Amino acid sequence: MAVPILKQGDVLIASIQSALSDQDLVQLRDDFADQVGRFRSRGIIIDVTALDVLDSFATRTLQSIAYIAKLRGASTVVVGIQPDVAFAMVQLGLSLEGVATALDLEEGLAHTAAIAKQGRHRVR
Amino acid sequence: MSAEVCVSIERDTDIITARQRGREIAAAAGFSSTDQTITALAISEIARNIVTYAQRGKVTLSRLDEGGRSGILIVAQDDGPGIPDTELALRDGYSTGRSLGVGLPGAKRVMDEFELVSAPGKGTTITMKKWRR
Repeated sequence: MAVPILKQGDVLIASIQSALSDQDLVQLRDDFADQVGRFRSRGIIIDVTALDVLDSFATRTLQSIAYIAKLRGASTVVVGIQPDVAFAMVQLGLSLEGVATALDLEEGLAHTAAIAKQGRHRVR
Repeated sequence: MSAEVCVSIERDTDIITARQRGREIAAAAGFSSTDQTITALAISEIARNIVTYAQRGKVTLSRLDEGGRSGILIVAQDDGPGIPDTELALRDGYSTGRSLGVGLPGAKRVMDEFELVSAPGKGTTITMKKWRR
């Protein structure tokens, strides 16, 4: 099932509601890559609150999304990783290195806003 | 032993089915929610291995009840190309499939028992067990 991406000002938000296949994740990555440019977005927020597992493919794809977004001038925050999911990732040795995280959507929006504010001073 | 569940693995969505069935069995065996998640994650990794390297195979899941303790038995089987060096495949960071190389070693780390049997042209069988804590 494809994940809808919501546009909220200059931020793109994807709220994942059910387990995603590899194909869905790749689709999400490609959609973000496209929309960041189309909407001149400054931030991406991916809400994974509903996910009961983040495996190696999911973590790798989240890292790809964050890196692609960064190359396109947008920041990425992954929000809502559940305690059990975080614990399992640590046990298995999966890492989300290089990807900003926040507790929930509210924190994620605050984080994105803070980065956008800093970024206003940069040369465009 | 209760009935086993066999999930045939042919496409990426089957990985989700396998880990969800595994979580159900782990829950029925009385695993904590953290251990259910760890079990589901380990199943996800070995099922993905089938899709990536062998295209098709199966994951068989069953509840274990032995001497008053309960657990889960997970067997992943395929007739794919096999793994020439199983020791290397279980090393952190080793991968031939452009992945991170954390799947198999990670699954091994979180399971109580883990056995990988494979040879070139002979397919791969991974057998792993986890007991309730």
